[in-house]
Amino acid sequence: MAMSTRLQRLIPPAVMIAALAAILGATDLVAGDYLQRIVIIIGINVILVASLNLSNGFTGVFSLGHVGFMAIGAYAASILTLPVHLKAVNLPDLPGWLQGVAMPFLPATLIAGLIAMLVAFAVGLSLMRLNGAYISVATLGFLVIVQVVLVNWDQFTRGARTFAGVPAYATIWNVWIWAALTVYVVWRIGASAFGRDMRAARDNEIAALSLGVSVIRSRLLAFCMSAFLTGVAGSLWAHFITSFSPKSFFFTQAFSIITMLVIGGLGSVSGSVIGVFLITVLSELLRNAERGFDIGALHLPPIYGASQILMAVLFVLVIVFKPAGLMGGREIDIRGILRRIGASRRGKGAA
Amino acid sequence: MTSTELLLQQLINAVSIGSLYALMAIGLAMVFGILRLINFAHGDLIMVGSYVTLLLMLLGLPFLLAAAAGVVASTIAGLIMERVAYRPLRGAHEIAMLLTSFSVTIFLENLAIILFRPTSRAFPAPAVLRSVIEIGQLRVAGLDLIAIIVAAVLLLGLTLFVRRTNVGIAMRAASQDLLAARLMGINVNKVIATAFAIGSFLAGVVGLLWSARVGKIDPLMGFNPVLKAFVASVIGGLGSLPGAVIGAYVLGGLEILLQGLLPSALTPYRDAFVFAILIALLLFRPNGILGSTEREKI
Repeated sequence: MAMSTRLQRLIPPAVMIAALAAILGATDLVAGDYLQRIVIIIGINVILVASLNLSNGFTGVFSLGHVGFMAIGAYAASILTLPVHLKAVNLPDLPGWLQGVAMPFLPATLIAGLIAMLVAFAVGLSLMRLNGAYISVATLGFLVIVQVVLVNWDQFTRGARTFAGVPAYATIWNVWIWAALTVYVVWRIGASAFGRDMRAARDNEIAALSLGVSVIRSRLLAFCMSAFLTGVAGSLWAHFITSFSPKSFFFTQAFSIITMLVIGGLGSVSGSVIGVFLITVLSELLRNAERGFDIGALHLPPIYGASQILMAVLFVLVIVFKPAGLMGGREIDIRGILRRIGASRRGKGAA
Repeated sequence: MTSTELLLQQLINAVSIGSLYALMAIGLAMVFGILRLINFAHGDLIMVGSYVTLLLMLLGLPFLLAAAAGVVASTIAGLIMERVAYRPLRGAHEIAMLLTSFSVTIFLENLAIILFRPTSRAFPAPAVLRSVIEIGQLRVAGLDLIAIIVAAVLLLGLTLFVRRTNVGIAMRAASQDLLAARLMGINVNKVIATAFAIGSFLAGVVGLLWSARVGKIDPLMGFNPVLKAFVASVIGGLGSLPGAVIGAYVLGGLEILLQGLLPSALTPYRDAFVFAILIALLLFRPNGILGSTEREKI
């Protein structure tokens, strides 16, 4: 009996992993280039949004600066993986010990995540003491600091110029392994005692303190873990897009990630995933539409920027009419759904 | 140039840039004081006013008329913004309001990109604004003097308005306690609209001075000023009007100071230092210089 319940518990995750693998396998084999790119982008966005949820959703530390960690991850990993002959051309002033290094993807990504995490720890020591809107403004300040440093630190970043020649290591598989891992970790943290500490501190700081929750410590821990995963996503993105500049990591990108998070629902991991799917697909469709298209005899000219406007309007509508997002902080209960399906089947069998 | 003159020169620079920040920061602080809304889109009102001014100048209107129309356009844009985007959110969480203001920014900036193309355009300011007055060895840009005088006059007028008029007093009441103000029969919607109108008017004025200073305008021109105004109002204590003004002049002084003191290799990093100092300051005075240090009571 004990054995069978344990087995039963393993069924939902096993089903999910198998389904995910089947979808990815099919995309990898059958789908065209364009669709494959979208699937990769969705995977990277899942990591970005789920990890942002860890800090913004669970602890209520509403960071606007996470794109800064993404930038740190992207640049750090790219400097490590850039082939030696390209380093000599693109980054000639790099210190000698880095000049000869051309790391494989995984260690570079892990190191990039760790660097983002260290920076998060250093900044977080002071930021996590702030509250509400002050934290948002201060993290925005952090984003500006990262931006200024990227634009001016020529020796490592090529300044405002494009950083090109990053090897295209990102595939559907390695991106989605990280994505699945991120969703699993964030979901487990959310369901753990530690996750409840975070939410308690978010919902009522004084009550949480009085119950012995160390508010600053739990915020800082969430912030650091979140920064690690965001740094990893930055590395994956860099090795997918292969050329980028500091401008890629600024306000527009920050806003797009936050849109997905809020529309999915703060504090809900399944909400994050749903938000990413909806918004990525929608913005991809809109971006195609704004290049201009024909309806019968009517020809619409391209209007660049129109998709961003529509997204902004949609976002305001969600905030006004569904302020808690689509999932409203709840999770999709896969076990419950499976149980209900099982129960109805059994019910039918009895009848 | 003697060292006193150099010091005076830098002081004028600091006060002039601080004046622009002050006019911006007041608009932010007024709205935040009442609604707890950080209106990120405040910067885009600068852009609206400047483009309207430029457009009318290109149509042949004299600068002063075009400028007046530009300021009016900013004010109207601010009022529309309040009515359409922020009024439906009364009582919402401050983060929800902040995110809405981001959406408004994205909306306005992309609209401007569609209407006016993303590239920057020259802003032909009249000769008076480009003049340079020489006092002894001192060279003072006419624009700096005008910015300082305009800010002084507007700040004085605003002080009188907030202290002496009924609407001004109602505004201060609303920022102390919105619910109590409403119970006292204050028409809160009118007060909030007035706050937006004043803030947007000031932003329109800043837009003119800023555009004349930079010499060109583009759809994203509001981003840096609003960011700086944020820093100013956070330094002073979000929501406090005197705090916002003090914060703005402190920020202006800090920027000029850093420009002078940083070794030349580090001057491009000036803004990074400014924000690092902001974060450090928040650590010691989490509510700014004049912000209340009162903690939530149980």
